[in-house]
Amino acid sequence: MTDEGLIIASVLGATLRIAVPLVLCALAGVFSERAGVIDIGLEGKMLAAAFAAACLGAIGWPAWPAMAGAVAVSTLLALVHAWACITHRGDQIVSSVALNVIAAGLTVVLGLVWFHQGGRTPNIAEASRFTALFPGAAAAVQGWPVIGPLLAEGVLLHNVLVWATVALVPGAWWLLYRTRFGLRLRAVGENPAMVDAAGISVGALRYGAVLLAGVLCGAAGGYLTLAQNASFTPGMTAGRGFMALAAMVFGKWHPLRAAAACLLFGFLDAVAIRLQGVVLPGLGSVPVELIQALPYLLTVVLLAGFFGRAEAPRALGRAYVKER
Amino acid sequence: MKNVPAVLPRWIDVVLLPVLNVLMALGAAGLVVWAIGQNPFTAVQLLVQGAFGSALAWSYTLYYTTNFICTGLAVAVAFHCGHFNIGAEGQGTVGGLGVGLVLLAGDAWLPGWLLVPLALAGGLLSGAAWAFVPAWLQARRGSHIVITTIMFNFLASTLMVWLLVNVVKVPGNQAVESRLFAPGAVLPSAQAMFAALGIEWPDTPLNLAFAIALLACVGVWAMLWHTRLGYALRTVGLAAGAARYAGIDPRRLTVVALCISGALAALVGVNEIAGVHHKLLLDFVAGAGFTGIAVALMGRNHPVGIVLSALLFGALAQGGSELVFEMPAFTRDMSVAVQGFVVLFCGALALLLRPPVAWVYGRLAKGPAA
Repeated sequence: MTDEGLIIASVLGATLRIAVPLVLCALAGVFSERAGVIDIGLEGKMLAAAFAAACLGAIGWPAWPAMAGAVAVSTLLALVHAWACITHRGDQIVSSVALNVIAAGLTVVLGLVWFHQGGRTPNIAEASRFTALFPGAAAAVQGWPVIGPLLAEGVLLHNVLVWATVALVPGAWWLLYRTRFGLRLRAVGENPAMVDAAGISVGALRYGAVLLAGVLCGAAGGYLTLAQNASFTPGMTAGRGFMALAAMVFGKWHPLRAAAACLLFGFLDAVAIRLQGVVLPGLGSVPVELIQALPYLLTVVLLAGFFGRAEAPRALGRAYVKER
Repeated sequence: MKNVPAVLPRWIDVVLLPVLNVLMALGAAGLVVWAIGQNPFTAVQLLVQGAFGSALAWSYTLYYTTNFICTGLAVAVAFHCGHFNIGAEGQGTVGGLGVGLVLLAGDAWLPGWLLVPLALAGGLLSGAAWAFVPAWLQARRGSHIVITTIMFNFLASTLMVWLLVNVVKVPGNQAVESRLFAPGAVLPSAQAMFAALGIEWPDTPLNLAFAIALLACVGVWAMLWHTRLGYALRTVGLAAGAARYAGIDPRRLTVVALCISGALAALVGVNEIAGVHHKLLLDFVAGAGFTGIAVALMGRNHPVGIVLSALLFGALAQGGSELVFEMPAFTRDMSVAVQGFVVLFCGALALLLRPPVAWVYGRLAKGPAA
C-alpha cells in the first residue's frame, strides 16, 4: 500500500464528507430560488438545525429522531421566511438575512442557558450519531493493494447520510425536470402570472418550495452535528450556507451542476486542509488561503459572465401580486 | 375592504408604524428572555444601567455606536439607490486594512498630523475600491450584487488572513497581528481629547472616529437631499426607468452609490484600527456590517434614524456585556438575536401591521366626519 494511494483516498473521502452539507443546502437553494424565492438564509437554517440536533442528541435521543427534530426546526424557520415574503410580500433578502442573524444569536443564547458550556453542547453519545456504515468491511479491505484504501475511505467508511445525499441529487433532478410539481415549480419562478392564469396557486407552490428547502437545510444541519462533529459549537456552520449559495449560482440553479460545484468546492477544501503547512519544492509553502478563496472567486468570475453565463430565474426576488 | 383608507397620514407611516415594528421586535426578544427564565423588565433595567449608568458606560456605548452608525449609513446609501449592500463587513475589513497599511508604511517618517489624514483617505479609498468591483459587475455585467458582495466578504477575510500571516505579522510572535503603530500616528482617544479641555474622562475605546461618524451623518444627509448627486441617486432607487428617461445613467449611479457605501463602511476600519487597537488584526469588524442592515432598516435609511438606532444597538452591545455579570444565564449574543428580530419586523415584515392600523384609523377617522 502506497502513501500516495492513502492520501488520494483520504482526500476523496474527505471531499465527499465536506460536500454533503453543501449539496443539501445547494439543493435547498435550487428548489427555493427556482420557485422565485431568494434564500440567503441557508446558513441560518442549517445552524439552527445543527443546534437542535445537537441538543436532542445530547439529551440522549437516537440519531433519527434527533435528525427529525433538526428538520422540524429548520422547516419552522423556512415557514417564517415563506410567511414574511410570500404572504406579506416582504423583501426576500431582508427576511433571509433576519433568519441568519436570529439563528446565530438564539443558538448561543439557548445553548448557554441549557448546557452552561459557553454556547457549546455536550458531546453526543456514539449511539445517537450516524457512524460509518461498514467499519468491519473497511478494516478488512484496507490492506488490499491500490483499491483497498479507496474502497474503505471512499465507500465503506461513510455514514448513511452521505449515501442518502448522493441518492438525493438525481432525485432532486427528477423532481424538478420530470414531474408535474417540478414543471410548475420552475414555471412559478419564471412567470408566476402564467401559472396563476392556469389556475394553480402561486403562493402554495412557493410555500411548498420554501418548506422543501427548509427540510433539506435541516438535514444538512443535522449532518453537521450528528455525523461530522460530535457537538454544537457557536457559529459552526462557518459560512457553509453561503458557500452552498455560491455553488448553486455556480451550478446555474441546476441540481446536478450545483451538486458538481459542491463536490468541486469540497475537493478544494479537502486539498487546502491537506496542504496546510506543506512546503512544495521550488514553490515554497502553498498559499492555502488562495485555495480556500477559490470557490468565491470562481463564483464571482462566473457571475461576471466571463465564462458561461449564470441566468437567475426570471421572477427571482419578486413577490407575486395578483392585481395589476 | 370598505372604509379602509389606502393613503394614511404621514405620521402613521413615518412614526407610528416604525415604532410599532420596533416594539414587536423588542417584544419577541422579551419573550425569549422570559422563556429562558429571566425577567425581561429586570433585564431592560440592568441593560439601561449598564449602557448609560456612568461616564464609563456611556463612553463604551458610544464606541459601539460609532461602528453601527458607519455601517448603517453604508447600507442606507446603497438602499437609496435601490441596492442591498450586504458587503459592509468586507468593505470595513478592507478599509481597516488600508488604514493599517498606510500607518505601518508611514509612521516612522511622517508626522502624525499628515499621516493620520492620509491613513483615513487610504482607508476610505480601500473600502470604496472593495465595493467598486461588485458595483461595476452589477452595473455592467448584471451580476447580482447581493451574491457578489457576500462573496467579497469571504474574499476580504481570506485576504486579511493571508496578509497578516504572511506579510504583516511580527516574525516570531504567536499572535496574528501587526506591530503597534507609533503613538503619534493614531486617532486621539476621547480621554486624551477631554483631558486637553481639562475634563476628566475614563479610559475607553471611544475616540475621534465617533465625531467623524457624526460628520459622515451630516454629509450623507446633505448629499442625499441637497445635491444633484443625491437626487439622481434617489431617483435611480425609486424608478430606474424614469431616471434613465431624465438623462441619469443608473449604471453610473449604482457604481457611485456603492463606492460611497463602501467608503462609509470603511470608517469601521478607521475606528477600530486607527482609533482602538492601533495595530492590524483579524475580525475587527465583528459583525458590525450585518448590524448595519438592522440599523438602516430600523432608522428608515435616514441619518437621524440611523444615529438613534445605532445608539440602541450600541447600548445593547455595551449593556448586554454588563448584563452578563448580573444575570449569568445571559450572553451578549442576545443582542445578536435582537438584531435579527429587528431586521425581521422592521424589514421583511414592515408592512405587517399596516392593514390593521389602516382599518383602525379608518374607523376612528370616519367617526367625527360622518
